[in-house]
Amino acid sequence: MIRLRIEGVTRVLRRLRDRARRFFERRGSLRARKAGLRVAFFAPALLLLVLFVGYPVLATIGVSFFDANGHFVGFANYGNVLGSPDTINLNGFPKPPPYGTLINNAIWIAIHLPLSVFLGMWLALVLQEVRGAVWVKTAIFIGMVTPLVIGGIMMLYVFDGAVGIVPRFFDSIGIHALGNGWLQRPTTLLFGLIFGSVWLWTGFSLIVYSAGLTTIPKEYWEAAKIDGASTLRTFTHVTFPLLKPMTIVVVTMSILWELKIFDLVFGATSPNGGVGGAADVLAMQMYREAFVQFDSGAAAAIATFLSLLTLVATLFTIRYMVKR
Amino acid sequence: MIRPRLRRVAIHLFAWGLAVGWLFPFVGLTMAAFRPFPEIVGGWWNFDPFTPSFTKFVAAFNAISFGFRNSLLIAVPATIIPMSVATLAGYGFARFSFPIRDYVFLTVVLLMTIPQQMVAIPIFRIMVGLKLEDTLLSLVILHSAWGLPWIVLFMRNFFSALPKEVEEAARVDGASDLKVFFKIVLPMALPALGAVAVLQFMWVWNDFFFSLLLCPATPSCMPATVALYHTIGKFEFDPGLLAAGSILVMLVPVSLYVLLQKFYIRGMIGWTVKG
Repeated sequence: MIRLRIEGVTRVLRRLRDRARRFFERRGSLRARKAGLRVAFFAPALLLLVLFVGYPVLATIGVSFFDANGHFVGFANYGNVLGSPDTINLNGFPKPPPYGTLINNAIWIAIHLPLSVFLGMWLALVLQEVRGAVWVKTAIFIGMVTPLVIGGIMMLYVFDGAVGIVPRFFDSIGIHALGNGWLQRPTTLLFGLIFGSVWLWTGFSLIVYSAGLTTIPKEYWEAAKIDGASTLRTFTHVTFPLLKPMTIVVVTMSILWELKIFDLVFGATSPNGGVGGAADVLAMQMYREAFVQFDSGAAAAIATFLSLLTLVATLFTIRYMVKR
Repeated sequence: MIRPRLRRVAIHLFAWGLAVGWLFPFVGLTMAAFRPFPEIVGGWWNFDPFTPSFTKFVAAFNAISFGFRNSLLIAVPATIIPMSVATLAGYGFARFSFPIRDYVFLTVVLLMTIPQQMVAIPIFRIMVGLKLEDTLLSLVILHSAWGLPWIVLFMRNFFSALPKEVEEAARVDGASDLKVFFKIVLPMALPALGAVAVLQFMWVWNDFFFSLLLCPATPSCMPATVALYHTIGKFEFDPGLLAAGSILVMLVPVSLYVLLQKFYIRGMIGWTVKG
């Protein structure tokens, strides 16, 4: 068995040697030299990518099929992860949190995606008529350049019961239920972080939509106006369809943001996902399994599952991102 | 005549008010850093009493100054290396064709979308195997590789939009691929490279997960974000010190953005929107 394998390897090596020899004999020809030179354009990038991104990705997929002791277990890790109450915890719904990481990521998408997309689009439209709009955009965009872990740390201040502007505001208008620290209670924790993330991320959709609007000729809106179209009809029949390419990009990027969210939650809570794990997300669960529980199989399964979700989200956009 | 005017004023008041309101959390953080904590209990907008001081900033800087040094030592090479390497590849993908080029390119682009967690375990093992755990070099290598996909895509899109005629004329005159690239293409690409440099530097500076993975607790390699979390955030909770430290760490990317806004926005748009 082993001899067979070695013979196979030597055969491959011999074939490679012959091919290399032929290549060098041809070296004189201009075409071959040119091809060799062109390889130099790709080689460094592909080498780095294969070694430190491509191989680790495949290795993670591999690890996800083994248990912590190195025994092959097939899809058991995936079954365990998806069956665990850490991931999906909806028994007896409606009930108070925690709902589990996968559900939390889904809630994150359900709230964060429409809010940030439409807020950004609406602001981009409004700001078209505003002098000094650059400054408004700059102010809103600062959240995008802030380290996300510091964005999380800032949540500690914004939602603090004693000093935070959000609880103080609700307290002063008489809604005392929201007048305490948001991050200390499971029911408000997740929503506080989601709204905080909207605050940080809206700058992205605003900037993309603003850039998109500058490429669209004003005549479209003038024509709609002359035809007597209402504001709503103008939006649904003119503005929204014209902005479709931007919407596709913004929606995809937002879903990726919501699926991958880690730093923000980590900075605002503990590595456990906050009180009772109410704000736990898939990326945090993966980190804990790998570097706190040392269950690399489960961690790799979560990572692979999360990557699959991001790939599905991207497949629809890829053709818009690659210029023909 | 009056009503459109009123509308204009209302929209302007709304927009500018929104911009100010959007900055409130930053103002609150600044207040927490500048003033003694008991003073801001009940809200930083109460200015009686008001006793600002820089002491928290000095203390925070002394606590995490090593993090700034490490962040620079990581972010500068982790910007230059992927930029050079990916620009070559991006040009290659835009101009040279080989049999499986489009599949290779698609794979590279797909690698851009996966979460950092997807490489965490093997990267950790590789770095331990190379005896590089808890070193600056491990983070430089990882960030360089991780930044490649988006820079390759960005530069390929940029080069595809450049007219081919100049390069072809030079080739007819007998210039080699390398000569064409360095003498003709690269000078035209400088603005795009500026955008790449700003974005990549900022992403490396802002990174948290990879730094936590490869250098969770060693002062000699810990970048500023982890240093902030580890030295100020974790043990004793001093809200003033944490706020001051946070402001210092975010000051670098935020001032870069304010100064180089054009590059930044161009990078962001070019990277996401075709056009």
